[in-house]
Amino acid sequence: MENLIALLIAAPLLGAAVLLVGGRRLDAVGHWIGTLLSTTSFVFGVILFADLLGRNADDRTLMQHLFTWVPVAGFQADVTFRLDQLSMTFVLLITGVGSLIHLYSVGYMEHDERRRRFFGYLNLFLAAMLLLVLADNYLLLYVGWEGVGLASYLLIGFWQHKPSAATAAKKAFIVNRVGDMGLSIAIMLMFTTFGTFAFGPVLSHATDASEGRLTAIGLMLLLAACGKSAQVPLQSWLGDAMEGPTPVSALIHAATMVTAGVYLIVRSGAVFNAAPDAQLVVTVVGAVTLLFGAIVGCAKDDIKKALAGSTMSQIGYMVLAAGLGPIGYVFAIMHLVTHGFFKAGLFLGAGSVMHGMNDEVDMRRYGGLRKYMPVTFVTFGLGYLAIIGFPGLSGFFSKDKIIEAAFAKGGTEGWILGTCALLGAAITAFYMTRVMLMTFFGEERWRNQPTRSPEAPSAEPAAEHRGEHAEPHPHESPKVMTIPMIALAIGSVFAGGFFSIGDRFLHWLEPITGHSEGDSPLSAGAVTGATMVCLVIGVGIAYLQYGRRPVPAVAPRGSLLTRAARRDLLQDDFNHVVLVRGGEHLTRSLVYVDHTLVDGVVNGTAAGFGGLSGRLRRLQNGYARSYAVSMFGGAALLVAATLLMRAV
Amino acid sequence: MSFPLLTATAVLPAAGAVATAAVPAARRTAAKWLALLVSLATLVLAIVVMVRFDPGGARYQLTESHAWIADFGVRYELGVDGIAVALLALTALLIPFIILAGWHDADPLETGSKRWRPTQGFFALILAVEAMVIISFEATDVFLFYIFFEAMLIPMYFLIGGFGDRAHAQGEEAASTQRSYAAVKFLLYNLVGGLIMLAAVIGLYTVAGNFSLTEIAQARANGTLHMATSTERWLFLGFFFAFAVKAPLWPLHTWLPNAMQESTAPVAVLITAVVDKVGTFAMLRFCLQLFPEASKWATPTILVLALISIIYGALLAVGQRDIKRLVAYASISHFGFIILGIFAMTSQGQSGATLYMVNHGISTAALMLVAGFLISRRGSRLIADYGGVQKVAPVLAGTFLIGSLATLSLPGLAPFVSEFLVLVGTFTRYPAIGIIATFGIVLAALYTLVLYQRTMTGPVKPAVSAMPDLKARELVVVAPLIVLLIFLGVYPKPVTDIVNPAVNQTMSDVHKTDPKPAVEAAK
Amino acid sequence: MNPVYYLYLAALLFTIGATGVLIRRNAIVVFMCIELMLNACNLAFVVFSRMHGNLDGQIIAFFTMVVAAAEVVVGLAIIVSLFRTRHSASVDDASLMKL
Repeated sequence: MENLIALLIAAPLLGAAVLLVGGRRLDAVGHWIGTLLSTTSFVFGVILFADLLGRNADDRTLMQHLFTWVPVAGFQADVTFRLDQLSMTFVLLITGVGSLIHLYSVGYMEHDERRRRFFGYLNLFLAAMLLLVLADNYLLLYVGWEGVGLASYLLIGFWQHKPSAATAAKKAFIVNRVGDMGLSIAIMLMFTTFGTFAFGPVLSHATDASEGRLTAIGLMLLLAACGKSAQVPLQSWLGDAMEGPTPVSALIHAATMVTAGVYLIVRSGAVFNAAPDAQLVVTVVGAVTLLFGAIVGCAKDDIKKALAGSTMSQIGYMVLAAGLGPIGYVFAIMHLVTHGFFKAGLFLGAGSVMHGMNDEVDMRRYGGLRKYMPVTFVTFGLGYLAIIGFPGLSGFFSKDKIIEAAFAKGGTEGWILGTCALLGAAITAFYMTRVMLMTFFGEERWRNQPTRSPEAPSAEPAAEHRGEHAEPHPHESPKVMTIPMIALAIGSVFAGGFFSIGDRFLHWLEPITGHSEGDSPLSAGAVTGATMVCLVIGVGIAYLQYGRRPVPAVAPRGSLLTRAARRDLLQDDFNHVVLVRGGEHLTRSLVYVDHTLVDGVVNGTAAGFGGLSGRLRRLQNGYARSYAVSMFGGAALLVAATLLMRAV
Repeated sequence: MSFPLLTATAVLPAAGAVATAAVPAARRTAAKWLALLVSLATLVLAIVVMVRFDPGGARYQLTESHAWIADFGVRYELGVDGIAVALLALTALLIPFIILAGWHDADPLETGSKRWRPTQGFFALILAVEAMVIISFEATDVFLFYIFFEAMLIPMYFLIGGFGDRAHAQGEEAASTQRSYAAVKFLLYNLVGGLIMLAAVIGLYTVAGNFSLTEIAQARANGTLHMATSTERWLFLGFFFAFAVKAPLWPLHTWLPNAMQESTAPVAVLITAVVDKVGTFAMLRFCLQLFPEASKWATPTILVLALISIIYGALLAVGQRDIKRLVAYASISHFGFIILGIFAMTSQGQSGATLYMVNHGISTAALMLVAGFLISRRGSRLIADYGGVQKVAPVLAGTFLIGSLATLSLPGLAPFVSEFLVLVGTFTRYPAIGIIATFGIVLAALYTLVLYQRTMTGPVKPAVSAMPDLKARELVVVAPLIVLLIFLGVYPKPVTDIVNPAVNQTMSDVHKTDPKPAVEAAK
Repeated sequence: MNPVYYLYLAALLFTIGATGVLIRRNAIVVFMCIELMLNACNLAFVVFSRMHGNLDGQIIAFFTMVVAAAEVVVGLAIIVSLFRTRHSASVDDASLMKL
């Protein structure tokens, strides 16, 4: 059975290689090859899952050693895969949602001449992501970690003739690199602490190390997680990443890649458990981000960016849960999975709307679409209900548990974190209701609108081919797109309940992550009640603002907070002023310094010699007499020196 | 006496150089093929050396030793250890690609241009450089090494000064002036380094009485050859200065951007991927072995300089407007990593540094040669003159991207393994330096991706709209390099197996052992 | 008679020669002054030979004469060719030997 693990990765990797090297002759079938290999990987995943289920709970870790990767003295890195309950969960999520999104993309990217390449990149992403979750040591994980970063880079910048897409892709990669720096340093710290960076020895000996070292490792891992999972302060890339095609946003920037940070923290649970300071920072980051993302989500008129804010916020919940330690690990992962379903479904729904609306992304130009896109409306609506935590749907179970766990941390921290989580739930309800109302309800604002000014480029370039300025004719998307949406909607509805009934998910993951109930000052019922109140308040305010009143087609100026939130709470402005401008000045002055100072010293030396020789040259006047004088002078000097030496 | 294999690896390209130069002017194409065949034959010999080399065997293998200038104890002594074998293989591997990539670089210019471009000379000079570099890697006699270390400047001077890019924005006259400036700068820098080293070589002779690396190192190790502390330090500095110029280490680096900018892309690759490696190689072989105590004494300073190189080179690369200069500054940053690894004095650092030399050679070759193809199409080196190339020449852009990703050390490609080893090796002994050096990976992402974004993405510029994609010959150059980058990224073990024993030897030369982990985890 | 006086004479002759070389412009005169210096040296050599009872000085005097003879040949040839091209025997006219 172990030997199947490598095939999980090999299938999409093969797909990527074939599609990217194969060239144009594969254009006609490329998308089906990609989908097939992704599905193959899913099938392998299911087989392995069945195998794991057939084993005892303590015996569900499969290892496959492929070869020795980097052997240098004490530094031994192997290519070894580890499949346990945690990675199995991810494998199913990645390949399952991945395959659905492959299928969806067949329809979504139909008019793109570079569709084959798109599928190649998607397959590359799957392979890298699977490597990330299957790796048995941190260095191999790092390969997957950057591999998904690369795939993300390629896919965000897929429409790279648009400068905005190319810039967004670059930004995502570089911000992620800052996080990767954290991961590198964490690995180096592990190596100096434990002499190894394989999961087994590091995690089982974590408690042997000093708390200072563990805190350092934990913080570095958190930095890595912040980069990949778009947590404050490295969150700025995620909004821009929406430049990529919508299936990419669904798969990479909602369901899978951005959750890698949560995986990393949960996987390294043993390290964090022994480093409470690091855990505290993790929870703070999670809590800040969940509010940050939610606030940004409220202000965005671009449907994808609103969803991106939401993603940030939901991952904030997961990070918060992961920072709570054994109380929260399981729920972090559970929310991660349910979020994978409903957020991917929401993005696909958004893609479907855009597909029917000439690739318009501005929600102020939507409205009343429920009549025209019934399937999209229903699936999106179910996703919406799931994310706001409507009782009985997936989000209800997973988010509620996280809020409970936050209170269960105990003490003042528990109260603060729990309150943040509750507040987040209210804001989530607000902004998601806003999205829902602006898109599917209200008047049809896309009719008779003034033609768009050419300065505002459409997000999706295919629009240019389809007559951008014509009035849109909203229509339902083809089956190949709606089927994945329906499948994900089913997941959004039932996954949470399925996991929670009889604590199935808890029992499944507990052997890996451990679990403790914590010490909650509030009863579970009280928390649920409070959450429901928040939900109602959020939905109510949104309804009052966007359901009862017509939505202006041009965004009003808004309050100071709204304007700041539209600009991602000014983080980009900060980055621009401090890092970009500062960096530009630094490099420019360094170029100058290199030219004038470093090179100048050498050139100056050369010029000095040149000048000196110019002076000395005057001595050579060509008159034999003056040469003779210098000769005599020299001779006289020699004689004098000789005499002097004699005298001494 | 067995077949002198090592001599053959050097003599073959040397003879090839003479033969290529002797081909009549009219038979230009024949000369190119001859050069290519000779370089391929050298590659075969290098592979034989690699196969015959036993990593578990004696330190120096395939040794040859003959009296040469008996009065001064100069011997013709060759021998390779694992590090030399790896670099020998790299050199022999890259030269065929350099020749193939430069296939048309020395063709006579269109009628009307008076510039004389001897095609035969171009290829003969490349082979001559190859011969000299190879013998520098093999020499175990300090004087023999010195001679070829210096002699390779002569063909390099002509390659830089004689053959520039075909098209030049400021016209032929200005191009020629700039080329001469770059060539002279290259020569002067390296000559000054070399002369200081000559003084140190003579000094070493007066102390040790002969030039044999093995004998001197042996005598140093068992204490029969005593050097006063100050003597050792001065001699070390003399050697190190020359190698630091060649490597190049900040602040002795300014010749490299000029030289790479003005020479054709294949020659630029020859400089940075092959010739410069002699500098870092020699640090590892001569500085550490002959002057272990002085090396340790100088370590802190050198580490700081290497760190400056890493960050400074990367920052300057970000600020460049010229593609080739950008790659040059990136190389300076990478050489910083190599030197950091050598002087971190850990197994990981030194193995990583050796691996880095090999990987940097391949990755720079991939990036620079593709950049050369790009430049030859548009006739400009300025980044601003490009845009949207991806749309018109997707294969070119794809290979350029892979070269860029290798330059930023993406995991999965070869440079990652070596860069990480260097970082880990440094970190275990000098955590602060290791952490600062890690900033280099962010900056590397910045300069490579900015380069890629500005040249390859965005709207298609009119001037590049008719740009042809890679031709078959160019693909033959790039594809194997990319395959190697991926292969060595996934499976670097063949190289590390050869290198590790040699590194262990060097570590014991300087009496250093790896730091122990804080917690001895059960293995 | 004290041989030291001969040394004084030699020194005097040498000084006269040297001064001539430095201040005269006519190549022939300069040339003759050089001869004077050479012969002053010869005299000194012979005197030293006598003072030390050693023949080395006399032998070197012979060498000097031979060298002087060779020098006369070369020097006169230069002067003649100089005169042919410049129509003057002034040494200052031959001042091309500069950078």
